[in-house]
Amino acid sequence: MGHVLNVAVGLLLDGLAYGMILFIISVGLSVTMGLMGFVNLAHGAFAMAGGYVTVTLMSTFGVPFLLALACAFVLVGAASVVFERLLYARLYRASELEQVLFSIGLVFMAIAAFTYVYGPAPRPIRVPAFLSGSVDLGFRTLPAYRVFMVAVGAALVAALWFGFERTSLGAKVRAAVDNRHMAQSVGINVDRLFTMTFALGSGLAALGGGLAVNLLGLTPTFAIQYLVFFLIVVAVGGRGSIRGAVAAALVLGITDNAGKYLYPAGGAFFIYAATIALLLLKPAGLYGRE
Amino acid sequence: MAGSERTAAPAAAEFLLRRHRWRAAEALPWLIAIGAYFAFPDYLALGTQILIGIMFALSLDLVLGYAGILTLGHAAFFGTGAYAAGLLAAKLGWGEPLTGLLFAGACAALAGFVSGWVLLRYRGLTLLMLTLATAIMLYELGNARADITGGYDGVTGIVIKPLFGRFKYDLYAHTYYLYALAVLLVLFVIARRIVYSPFGQALVGIRENLGRMQALGSPVHRRLVTVYTIAAAMAGVAGGLYAQSNAFVTLSALGFERSAAVLIMLILGGTGRLYGAFVGTAVYMLLEDRLATLSPEFWQFGVGLVLVLTVLFARGGLFGLLERAARAAKRLWR
Amino acid sequence: MSAHALETRALFKNFGALQVARAIDFTLERGARCALIGPNGAGKTTFVNLITGVLKPSAGSVLLHGEDVTRLSQIKRARRGIARTFQINQLFRGLSVLENVCLAVGERTGACNNLWRAAGARRETIDEALGLLEALRLQDDALKPVSELPYGRQRLVEIAIALGQRPKVLLLDEPAAGVPSAESHIILDVIDGLPPGIAVLIIEHDMDVVFRFARSIAVLVAGAILMQGTPQEVAADERVRTLYLGEQAHG
Repeated sequence: MGHVLNVAVGLLLDGLAYGMILFIISVGLSVTMGLMGFVNLAHGAFAMAGGYVTVTLMSTFGVPFLLALACAFVLVGAASVVFERLLYARLYRASELEQVLFSIGLVFMAIAAFTYVYGPAPRPIRVPAFLSGSVDLGFRTLPAYRVFMVAVGAALVAALWFGFERTSLGAKVRAAVDNRHMAQSVGINVDRLFTMTFALGSGLAALGGGLAVNLLGLTPTFAIQYLVFFLIVVAVGGRGSIRGAVAAALVLGITDNAGKYLYPAGGAFFIYAATIALLLLKPAGLYGRE
Repeated sequence: MAGSERTAAPAAAEFLLRRHRWRAAEALPWLIAIGAYFAFPDYLALGTQILIGIMFALSLDLVLGYAGILTLGHAAFFGTGAYAAGLLAAKLGWGEPLTGLLFAGACAALAGFVSGWVLLRYRGLTLLMLTLATAIMLYELGNARADITGGYDGVTGIVIKPLFGRFKYDLYAHTYYLYALAVLLVLFVIARRIVYSPFGQALVGIRENLGRMQALGSPVHRRLVTVYTIAAAMAGVAGGLYAQSNAFVTLSALGFERSAAVLIMLILGGTGRLYGAFVGTAVYMLLEDRLATLSPEFWQFGVGLVLVLTVLFARGGLFGLLERAARAAKRLWR
Repeated sequence: MSAHALETRALFKNFGALQVARAIDFTLERGARCALIGPNGAGKTTFVNLITGVLKPSAGSVLLHGEDVTRLSQIKRARRGIARTFQINQLFRGLSVLENVCLAVGERTGACNNLWRAAGARRETIDEALGLLEALRLQDDALKPVSELPYGRQRLVEIAIALGQRPKVLLLDEPAAGVPSAESHIILDVIDGLPPGIAVLIIEHDMDVVFRFARSIAVLVAGAILMQGTPQEVAADERVRTLYLGEQAHG
């Protein structure tokens, strides 16, 4: 009985950590899709880039883990602005098909480039000592990194919620998600808003990617491997909804983790079946607007 | 005065009524295919796979190019057909090729009908996700039931009897090439008829302005499910041929990579033209055969780059470029 | 007694707390020529959307020739004889004018159910479509892509498509809107020439058009019908005068 409880808690924590990573990476995608309706399948590439930047800064330049994460956030976020202005902006009026193809093309280029530079083998990462090992919470000891993940995730959820609901910038984003034309006629510069949220979202994806290395591993196929899950978080949560992204990411993380543990051969089946069922019932997602 | 007003009208009617007639230039792809049979006897195995790829891309063109259904899971039907034909031969011992193809098409059609009936009520990102999730779910199901599908090793031991009891299969795939070409011809004629029919026009209408079609009272859902089912059947036949010609099937027949690849081939060639499927598939698979083994990264980077450039600058794909060039040449000629 | 061509009974529509249609009782007789007028934001297009089935009412019913169609989808209602034009053109922009109208005719007659025969089934469709184009003087543009036509002629194609449905009830949403005044008389002539058997409801702002065309007028204000009557009755009504004179004083 105690054993089952232990396993359950372990699974729950693993799932939560996994879900937090999915949230951190996907929230940017959800907001940008809600804002501009742009189907960006290359979002995972930013996460992957964040992972590689983090690992390279640590191993080649000896930058400490947390600082490397912060740098990844800033560097990838800044680089994404270049992509957005030069490439993405030209396709805002394009059809969904064109956006999908364009972003698939970008992902392929990213994967090929990273494979060329880093090789296909998984990259190791050495997390600092205070994050490896276990943390003693009194009633139970838990793996430190997982706890760290959940804590970071919770902090980010709080920060994003605050930013979204309490600042005027957040209000503008919400207004533009709700009704872009109305927002524009009220004087909100939606294009600039979009560039900012795109940068923030890509930076967060990079942060998530850096955090994910220790949990999920890092190979050049990361961008496509987890792409479906990022899309599920956005579609099931509802585009443009942070609440939806949190809910969907956590449920997805916990369920997928548990599924793989309980049914290793094809445990993922349930995730997709659940996604389909949910989308059939609520096509706009849990918190999406129709 | 009245006479000149009337001349425009009958000419317009005649134009629309004649549009479906076969033009001389349409013989070209078939002549090239037959020419390849004689000119490149050592490459017919690749040729057969290219013909199969064209069939698959053609079926996607009906769904995506004409009806505008954005799907990332079309390989589900290819894979269903492949496993149907493969298992029929390997597990049930039924090796007759043509009925094997019919069975493959029928299984895929059923899958297409059921999934289409449910999913095609949705649009946009939701539909994209649903088609993607359905295909992946099928893949995972195949993984889970490795006892049936053979898992990663796939279905082996597929033995196909000689076509019509007479044409045996040789190492160099001569018979398979002609067999595939004949099947492609049949499927193409069917696709072409559908596209030029009033039903085909209605599909274009649905793609161009769904709201208008609904306001006209068009039974949109029924039309979409119909074309989806037919396209699924075609993809299933292509998959069946894939299983027969390769004598094995693995889960890759169902996978996302295959759905993405056929999408890329079609876009490259040009959607909504039927012949775009020919051009795009042939060019992609020929280049892949040469370049992907040399350097997989450069190949992947190249594909990505071409995709990005196509979307930005050449929306009609290669076939669109060819058409533009032909029009320019005609103008120069005058 | 024979049923009205179109009738709404106690039609309500709420979007959350916002009520865009309030207790609308409206009738349209066979062969009617009725104009729907009202200030901007009164809910005229919403009303049309409720009639055609684009929106489902929160309460009340819509009847077409006495048949309750409230539960039916837009598609089913269109098949029962309601056609509409949109305030902003909804055309098949990449297709030719003739093909645009052929789609309307073909869907109505069921020709579009035919997957197999290209030419045979199409001759009647094309002939009928050409007839419509000729009636609207569009036949010279038959093969031109719709996107190449000037806006006024595109508006005519919009009407041609609706007529291709051979509707019993025709709803025209600001048919002359955005059309340069040099071209708008063509559209007005077309509206004058509509077959007498069709019940026509036209949403319009231009009072000259309204008084030229309408045999009855309904006034919609803030989602509710203020009054419905003959042009004389409406012109004489105090509340309507305040509405429009008051509007002009502000404009």
